[in-house]
Amino acid sequence: MNIIITISITAFIVLYAGLFKANKALLPLTVVGLLTALGFTFASWNGNAVHFGMMQTDNFALAFSGVCIIGTLLIFLLTQNYFHAKSDNIAEYYTLILFALAGMIMMVSYKNMAMLFVGLEIMSVSLYILAGIRKKDFASNEASLKYFLMGAFSTGFLLFGITLIYGGTGSFDLDKIQAYLVDNSKAISPIFYPGVILMMIGLCFKVGAAPFHFWTPDVYEGSPTLITTFMSTVVKTAGFAAFLRLFAGAFAPLHDFYVIPLMVIVCLTLFIGNVTALFQKNFKRMLAYSSISHAGYLLFSLIVLTKNSESNVLVYAAAYTFASIIAFAVLILVKQKTGSDSFESFNGLGKKNPLVALSLTVAMLSLAGIPLTAGFIGKYLMFLNVMGEYHTILVGFAILNALVGFYYYFKVIVAVWFKDGADTELSTPSQYKVVLLVSVAITLILGIYPAIILNLI
Amino acid sequence: MEQLLLLIFLPLVGALITAFSGKSAKIVSTVISVASLGLAVFIACNFIPNASTQFEANLPWIADLGIRFHAGIDGISMLVVLLTNLLVPIIILSSYKHDYKNPSAFYALILFMQAGLLLVFTAMDAFLFYIGWEAALIPIYFICAFWGGKDRVRINMKFFVYTIAGSLFMLMGIIYLYLQNPAHNFDIQAFYALNLDGAQQGWIFWAFFIAFAIKMPIFPFHTWQPDTYTVAPTQGTMLLSGIMLKMGIYGVIRWLLPIVPTGVQDWSCLAMVLSIIGIVYASVIAFTQKDAKRLVAYSSIAHVGLIAAGIFASFNLGNLGVQGMQGAMVQMLSHGINVVGLFFVLDIIFSRLKTNKIEELGGIAKVAPQLAIAFLIIVLGTVALPGTNGFIGEFLLLMGVYNYSIWAAAIAGLTIIFGAVYMLRMYQNVMLGKTNELTLTFTDIQGTEKLVLYIICALIVILGVYPKPLLHLTEASVQHLLEQVNQKLTSVK
Repeated sequence: MNIIITISITAFIVLYAGLFKANKALLPLTVVGLLTALGFTFASWNGNAVHFGMMQTDNFALAFSGVCIIGTLLIFLLTQNYFHAKSDNIAEYYTLILFALAGMIMMVSYKNMAMLFVGLEIMSVSLYILAGIRKKDFASNEASLKYFLMGAFSTGFLLFGITLIYGGTGSFDLDKIQAYLVDNSKAISPIFYPGVILMMIGLCFKVGAAPFHFWTPDVYEGSPTLITTFMSTVVKTAGFAAFLRLFAGAFAPLHDFYVIPLMVIVCLTLFIGNVTALFQKNFKRMLAYSSISHAGYLLFSLIVLTKNSESNVLVYAAAYTFASIIAFAVLILVKQKTGSDSFESFNGLGKKNPLVALSLTVAMLSLAGIPLTAGFIGKYLMFLNVMGEYHTILVGFAILNALVGFYYYFKVIVAVWFKDGADTELSTPSQYKVVLLVSVAITLILGIYPAIILNLI
Repeated sequence: MEQLLLLIFLPLVGALITAFSGKSAKIVSTVISVASLGLAVFIACNFIPNASTQFEANLPWIADLGIRFHAGIDGISMLVVLLTNLLVPIIILSSYKHDYKNPSAFYALILFMQAGLLLVFTAMDAFLFYIGWEAALIPIYFICAFWGGKDRVRINMKFFVYTIAGSLFMLMGIIYLYLQNPAHNFDIQAFYALNLDGAQQGWIFWAFFIAFAIKMPIFPFHTWQPDTYTVAPTQGTMLLSGIMLKMGIYGVIRWLLPIVPTGVQDWSCLAMVLSIIGIVYASVIAFTQKDAKRLVAYSSIAHVGLIAAGIFASFNLGNLGVQGMQGAMVQMLSHGINVVGLFFVLDIIFSRLKTNKIEELGGIAKVAPQLAIAFLIIVLGTVALPGTNGFIGEFLLLMGVYNYSIWAAAIAGLTIIFGAVYMLRMYQNVMLGKTNELTLTFTDIQGTEKLVLYIICALIVILGVYPKPLLHLTEASVQHLLEQVNQKLTSVK
């Protein structure tokens, strides 16, 4: 609870600081606020407190809150020289991102479906504005409009699902819903099933799983890159946590029912995400499609529910988040220099910018899932999870998709190291260096010794 | 235990030091690789040649997933560890005449790869084995794709996707075994003790076999190999052909045979056929090659095919199979030494004349007699002349194949004769005959070139005349392995 309060208060303070044109103070204020929130996260560890029957800060919630806060913190560090060049009203960016974060904390710790909806909307509304924050830019407007329409649409699905489930069980509370499913396992209300499917569709929209992914590439491409970073990493992580809380928690007794549509979604997501990413000429679009494919791997955790499903998602989401932050950070740097985000603009990056190029290489290796990086452990855990019930064909299919993934991630490595380019030296601000080094360190540490977060939940 | 950890981590730490050593990377990496050779020799001297696993290190790593850092050395591992640590300093020395750009990265990657290889050759935990397997692949990909020749990016991408495809299916197999294992760990002994039925063994066989077959490579998984060998920088080719392909052979011996003997038995006929097709096919193609480097690449496929055939022929013959298996052991070492020698000679020629086309060369022996002698010894070792190291291995391997089927042995034996023909013809066209305008300017070997070639030639002759210590080193472990396989096979029946 105090995490949400801290973040919200920080957001207001930052907004007022912006009002008084204290632009220099924005970042320090935000960082202090987020660090305090992170401190509360650690302090509440093992507390398992229930707040007003609406939210439960169990270790699952806290671990995902931690990942979201750290991810947001790193993204804030990337704002150096980013917003200033684009707009005068930079306090709005800070505030909206913080509000979105507050929404996400609700999404990862809800105990009542009403909170899920409230959290999701707080996050989404902030993101609609952020996507369109470049008022004069056509693509940004398009992104915002698309995101808003699709988002509103999917929220409709979600709400309808919640309603049906309420109709079936008479409660919004996750524990009560689960108890209802266990007690009436033979006579579950028929309106409950469409409720589950509708909620699944609504959440799949939010996390960008196929066939509900059509908004992602355009929105990711049109939004300012920093906002794209935020959307494709932290937001996605929160979305999966929400997904998991519902489907691995309350709906777990109905696993046999929802697993079949879920498998179809997983296969489609993997296939569409990977194959489309293969043909992209634009780095940012490639990352957008690759994020779709990662959603597919993350959904693996719901196909077989074990006691490890949650920590598997945590590892995968952390691995994916930090690797993507590196990739987007480098993209921002390259785009600032060359004005383009095509693959060609990465050519020959390694010659003059060893730090940036090495970080990007580690990120790509991690996204591809090469051993000794966090991405491998994540993929390994997902495969292990699904192999637990011997879905061998599914794993085989995922492996073929992973191979496609190798190909397009290595395209980046090839461009960076093996192609001749303009030999431009990027101007890398100090905060970017910090972000790159921290993310690389996390990626490698999780890859070599994942035990540190395996036991968290 | 400490020795083994030092053995694995010395190259890794060395890689880090080399990465930051700037211009002096050559010297630093040489010192480190020679030190690790010394360590390997020290371990070999303290190694008791029986079937037990020695210098065992068994430390917890990722306890929640049942993964341990479990490594150890038995006779079979000892041989490949020695090969690795012997060849790496030779390979580094062989690069002295080259001025690669970014030398610190180049040598650091070689040492990093060495660490991965050593991990593969000593791992007693399947997950650790897999980590080493991939850790060896990434550096060699970068070595070949960054310092290679024309069209390196496309060719190396093919190589990379091929090998990683194989290894991902192997990972699936490993996960399957892990799930079957009631103790839920990756320990090799637990995997050996698993009781899988025939169908399961068949699937696991394919999951592992494809990974190993791609690495070796066995026909028809070889299509990446000639291109990759040709465009890679010479040191990359040496690493690939000298050491890396032994990962595949070692994998078959260590993981495939004892874990799923029934699966191997069911499919060994096919594996034999593929191996022998590979021998014939590669020999025929080698005949027609105009580029000496490609010729050696194809000859390597043929040699590896024979090793694979020997293994698949002898694994279920019990004591009768010892010869074939021992042949595979010796030949792994010999092939590594010989092929590195061949590629080095071709590199010397290329660095002077900028060509490896056989028809453009000729008469080099007149201007470079020392090179000619060294080259001759290496070629003779490759074609398995009695008294050279190649003879022992191929003789034992052929005996193994003969035990399996006289026809297979006849075909394999015939191609060895072919091998002699194309290798010697290559030697004749390159070194003998009239000196032409191009080769007239050739200068004889000097400095480190001399050193490296002398070492290689000495090894070829010494191991050819007195292979006993080598055979003695692996004998007990090989016997133990075959007993294990036999026991498992009979218990299933």
